[in-house]
Amino acid sequence: MDYFWELFFSGLTRGSIYALIALGYTMVYGIIELINFAHGEVYMIGAFVGMVVAGVLTSFGFPAMSIMVLASMAAVVYAAAYGYTLEKIAYRPLRNAPRLSPLISAIGMSIFLQNYVMLSQTSDFLSFPKLTPEFVFLEKYSSVIGSSDFLIIVVAAVVMIALSLFIKFTRMGKAMRATAQNRKMAMLVGVNVDQVISATFIIGSSLAAVGGVLIGSHIGQINFFIGFIAGIKAFTAAVLGGIGSIPGAVLGGLILGWTESFCTGYVSSDYEDVFAFALLVIILIFRPSGLLGKAPVQKV
Amino acid sequence: MKRSLLVLSFTLMLTVGLVAFGGTKKAEASAKTILLGVAGAHSGDLASYGLPSLEAAKLVVKAVNDAGGVNGAQVVISSQDDQCKPEFATNAAFKLVSDEATVVLGHICSGATKAALPIYKESNIVCMSPSATNPPLTQSGDYPNFFRTIASDDAQAALATNFAIDTLGLKKIAVIHDKGDYGKGFAEFAKKYITKSDKAEVVLFEGVTPGAVDYSAVVQKIKASGADGVVFGGYHPEASKIVSQIRKKKLTIPFISDDGVKAQKFIDVAGKAAEGVYATGPRDITGNPMYKVALGQYKATHDDEPGAFFFEAYSATQALLKAIEVAGSTDYDKIVEALRTHEVETPVGKIKFDSKGDAIGVGFSMYQVKDGAYQEVK
Repeated sequence: MDYFWELFFSGLTRGSIYALIALGYTMVYGIIELINFAHGEVYMIGAFVGMVVAGVLTSFGFPAMSIMVLASMAAVVYAAAYGYTLEKIAYRPLRNAPRLSPLISAIGMSIFLQNYVMLSQTSDFLSFPKLTPEFVFLEKYSSVIGSSDFLIIVVAAVVMIALSLFIKFTRMGKAMRATAQNRKMAMLVGVNVDQVISATFIIGSSLAAVGGVLIGSHIGQINFFIGFIAGIKAFTAAVLGGIGSIPGAVLGGLILGWTESFCTGYVSSDYEDVFAFALLVIILIFRPSGLLGKAPVQKV
Repeated sequence: MKRSLLVLSFTLMLTVGLVAFGGTKKAEASAKTILLGVAGAHSGDLASYGLPSLEAAKLVVKAVNDAGGVNGAQVVISSQDDQCKPEFATNAAFKLVSDEATVVLGHICSGATKAALPIYKESNIVCMSPSATNPPLTQSGDYPNFFRTIASDDAQAALATNFAIDTLGLKKIAVIHDKGDYGKGFAEFAKKYITKSDKAEVVLFEGVTPGAVDYSAVVQKIKASGADGVVFGGYHPEASKIVSQIRKKKLTIPFISDDGVKAQKFIDVAGKAAEGVYATGPRDITGNPMYKVALGQYKATHDDEPGAFFFEAYSATQALLKAIEVAGSTDYDKIVEALRTHEVETPVGKIKFDSKGDAIGVGFSMYQVKDGAYQEVK
């Protein structure tokens, strides 16, 4: 039974990261119906900023926990700036263009950011400092769940709850929901749509940056390419849960994480991706709009 | 007026055409040079395996050219980047073939080499890799134009499994690989040798996905399998992730890997988790006289240590150029003949090549990470 729970938590850790990144995809899609393919690169940039800040703070002798917090904050600020700028230069000018144009622009930005980081940093793998304090939480279960897995799960859960409260209760949250429902109507009733879209990018990018710092500290290495694979997986999670739906992104991330983890554990890691994407195909056959997605209403 | 413009533009077009024509003529006339293609990963995440070879080739070529060239002809390098990707490797090969390269040093990764070899074979170009260790490249007999200055994976896997079974006394071994040509090849040979030995068994044989977010599920599987040792085939980025997660799970079983992991970068990234890791790598060559010469040339212009496969590439370049010199021409058959019959003094030792293309006299040793550096296990 221990084996089952080990796999369960391993999947939960992985799924939490997918969910954190998937939220960015799903929020942006919900508001402007754009798949922001450069989102994975924002996650990667978050991880790089986290690494640089953590390295500097470590050399000044800060305690581990404060480094974690400060590095995450720096990563969030940077990634938010990237997300905001990205929207401003790559998507806003194309907002009324045919739907393919911003998509191509997104893929272009993704390739640009990857190469930008590769050239300005290095193409090698870099070691990411271990920021999670080592603690044994219930001796008996220490093999089932480690301290950094625990931290990832808790942080991801807190961030996601905070996000749903934000969307439910704040003015900006209401404006976001209104814009997602109908952009033109929202504009007519006085919602500043540009501001809402910028806020969406900023929030989505911040969540991805948190994910980047957490996973960097968890596995101990990053390079310029990590955003691509994580981005693909998170995008899959968003589609699985129903793109545009916030609980859907979380559910999709977790299901994807568990599928991969259990398949590795009980079948073979050779087929990890095969099972993950087979699941996506099966779900899309039976629920084309994803698990929690709403079928688009036909406008008459 | 219009007509004169037309005449003028025609004249201009003709002049440009003539200039271009004259240009190509000139290049052909001075073609008494030897073009050495250097193909490999010069960018991308595996560039640290490819760039040292380019550096080695440059040093050998400079030394040869300073001494008057090969049979009086100067050697020119044409560097082609393949990022260790088969699809780029074929592009690089086509480029070198169309530039009429005399011989090619490369490619670096086995997968890329495999993709490029048929193209060189068709055009009768000798290709020598300092690092592609996939056994069928030589053993299949499909590529008579291929040579290498590194021992093949089966030699490496045999060493790793003998070490695991006889020296460490392991009984249950988990074999993990990265699904790539190189890593999976190594792992499959390891599995074959373990099963054949009858002294140990393979309790787990699995591939991981390179670049996956984490490998904890596979690590749990290793743990659940009751393995008392792990053999990994692949490169250092995955190895450092897996070994870190194994140590995080408080598993202290030995981790044995290949020369894709025997890189300083592995120790830098894995940090404390790297301590005690075993990896096979080319035999200690620091006693060879040419080794000191090559190192001295490198140190004269660089502050750091030469990178992965530098000496193998240095040796390969020497062997190639020497073969052309001995052959006395750039004819394919004569170069191949010279490579097989004529011994060359290189940093990896005095070598010539057997009928399949493997260098006689090179081999592997076992290394272990101690105090942040690989040390040969005696």
